[in-house]
Amino acid sequence: MHDKVDVLIIGSGASGAAVAWSLADTRMRILCLEQGDWVKPTDYPSNGRDWEARLFSDFAINPNRRARPTDYPINDDNSPIKVVNFNGVGGSTIMYTAHFPRLHPSDFKVRTLDGVADDWPIDYETLEPFFAENDRVMGVSGLAGDPANPPKQPPMPPLPLGKSGARFGKAMNQLGWHWWPSDSTIATTDYEGRGRCINLGHCTPGCAQGAKASTDITYWPLALRAGVELRTLCRVREITVDEHGMASGVIYYDADGNEHFQPAEVVILAGNGVGTPRLMLNSVSSKFPNGIANSSGLVGKNLMFHPYALTYGYVDEPLDGNRGPPLCLWSQEFYETDPGRDFVRGYTFQFGRGFGAIMEAIVSSNAGRLPWGENHHEVYRKLLNRRIGISAICEDLPEEHNRVTLDPDLKDSHGIPAPKLDYTISANSLKMMNHGIARAKEILTAAGAGNICVESPIVNGGWHLLGTARMGTDPERSVVNEWGRCHDVKNLFIVDGSIWVTSGGVNATSTIQALALYIADSMKQRLANLFD
Amino acid sequence: MHSAEITAEQIRDLRVLAGTIIPASEAYGVPGADDERIFADILRSLARDREDVCQALAHLTRLAGGAFADLQPERRVEVATQFREEGGAPLAILVRLVLLCYYRDDRVMRSLGQEPRAPFPQGHLVEQGDWSLLDPVRMRAPMYRRVT
Repeated sequence: MHDKVDVLIIGSGASGAAVAWSLADTRMRILCLEQGDWVKPTDYPSNGRDWEARLFSDFAINPNRRARPTDYPINDDNSPIKVVNFNGVGGSTIMYTAHFPRLHPSDFKVRTLDGVADDWPIDYETLEPFFAENDRVMGVSGLAGDPANPPKQPPMPPLPLGKSGARFGKAMNQLGWHWWPSDSTIATTDYEGRGRCINLGHCTPGCAQGAKASTDITYWPLALRAGVELRTLCRVREITVDEHGMASGVIYYDADGNEHFQPAEVVILAGNGVGTPRLMLNSVSSKFPNGIANSSGLVGKNLMFHPYALTYGYVDEPLDGNRGPPLCLWSQEFYETDPGRDFVRGYTFQFGRGFGAIMEAIVSSNAGRLPWGENHHEVYRKLLNRRIGISAICEDLPEEHNRVTLDPDLKDSHGIPAPKLDYTISANSLKMMNHGIARAKEILTAAGAGNICVESPIVNGGWHLLGTARMGTDPERSVVNEWGRCHDVKNLFIVDGSIWVTSGGVNATSTIQALALYIADSMKQRLANLFD
Repeated sequence: MHSAEITAEQIRDLRVLAGTIIPASEAYGVPGADDERIFADILRSLARDREDVCQALAHLTRLAGGAFADLQPERRVEVATQFREEGGAPLAILVRLVLLCYYRDDRVMRSLGQEPRAPFPQGHLVEQGDWSLLDPVRMRAPMYRRVT
């Protein structure tokens, strides 16, 4: 039996770190339980010669492939898109591209504007100060003045264009379409103790230089210094409730497999759109036989990914390849709804700088471009470092049949039922993806690329896990209220991507963290009557 | 070493297959994937893929009607062509293993003009580029949807 804490946070990733840091100034006793461990910068693949090969083993983006002891299995057989995540201090910010766009103002009002899905109970204006605060703590590079977004001021200059970016820029100008240097959490100057980017190469599986902002090197050092306790290698099995239906704490397993009960006044879920509903559905009691805080029946439903449609081609000169952060530009020419199209909502284009030697060989082999035998070498030399690619990150609208449930058979190493996904890509999303592919082909052609190929959807592209415990004012149609508190359990909060009402068409981390800061601030404003 | 479950015959087939996929080239001055050092790397790296690789090799044996390594060169090409068409996911995993070991060999990397080194701490140079390219975009009016 442990001493009772005031606030117990489950998960130390993008949202858990932000909420821990924000709440630390209350001087409450705050504990975070993380199922993974700290990752040492010296462990990141870019420290070694085999940096690229490790993307297929201990730093694979798919947890089923990676299969570390700290990972849990996910049954994603019934989904064309597979989950991407990381379990460790920093969560999936360890394993992300650091692309950092925000949702647009229109994303919060899709029912009002386009007659689909639901409006959020909050708006962009409410989140704006938290976006700015998060940009400062995470350290964002970028360029002010983007006409596709409301005004903002990234604290660092943008990532370099490089050869690939310049090609894309010229092509987009030729077509008259919007493009802009991406907001990125990769430091382009020395920043708050982090070294500037030295272009180690693809940044996804962690940054040995520490230029990429993962929360283990941004929020967590600040939160720990402010007195927050972080317990690693602690996997939570369930949230318990008392006789009044309030959360009383959690049961978790430590690194040695020993079971513990950790009591808490307030519990905050900060997993992700798969891990959080999994835990809620595993938290069964007489009060909540269908999972905690699930009177709406919506826990696990409305799972949204962003289906990615990738289009790429090859040019006749070497470009940047694996040198430099993989993403440096975006386009939001097709972001907002256009009644002239056969779909509603829209997408962001993100422009890829290139691939390393191994990725090029494997992707080209899988696509049938790379022959066996004598011609192998000649063909390969015409591919390496000549690839440029564009991904359309498409808005996925909520549909209840897209869902996370508990697998009846599959369990993790502690015997806890694993999540099972059932997901299909909607007709609207498919039309949007096809639109993106057609426009991307125009861009690649304008950029001088040939041998154009498509991968749609990107199978290992389930980066953004959203919508499975949605936010709203109606307890029958949502799981949490407009400031993240569960309708059914007034001392249980959710701050991760599960609470998203709609998905927008951008990478999710910036908005997830702004939401977490907003919810923490809302809690602080209401400390005297938090459970009323 | 994780190759214990692969028979000596399968290892022999795998080596010949690796050399069939990527043969040595005098023109480019590179070894094949059946090179001693590269093949040792392949065997060392089997861990997560051992089951699929064994499955693929069993398929290859069936197609070859025996040991693939013992086939005459012309027949070997025929069988390899058929294997590439029919091998499915296990073959794709086998090929991936061959490629990721081949394209991290120092000799191969040098022949491609790549530096055989860890990215950290030296990093790479990426040119800043001409930001005046953005001027036409800077002049655009705000294009995000207004919400009242």
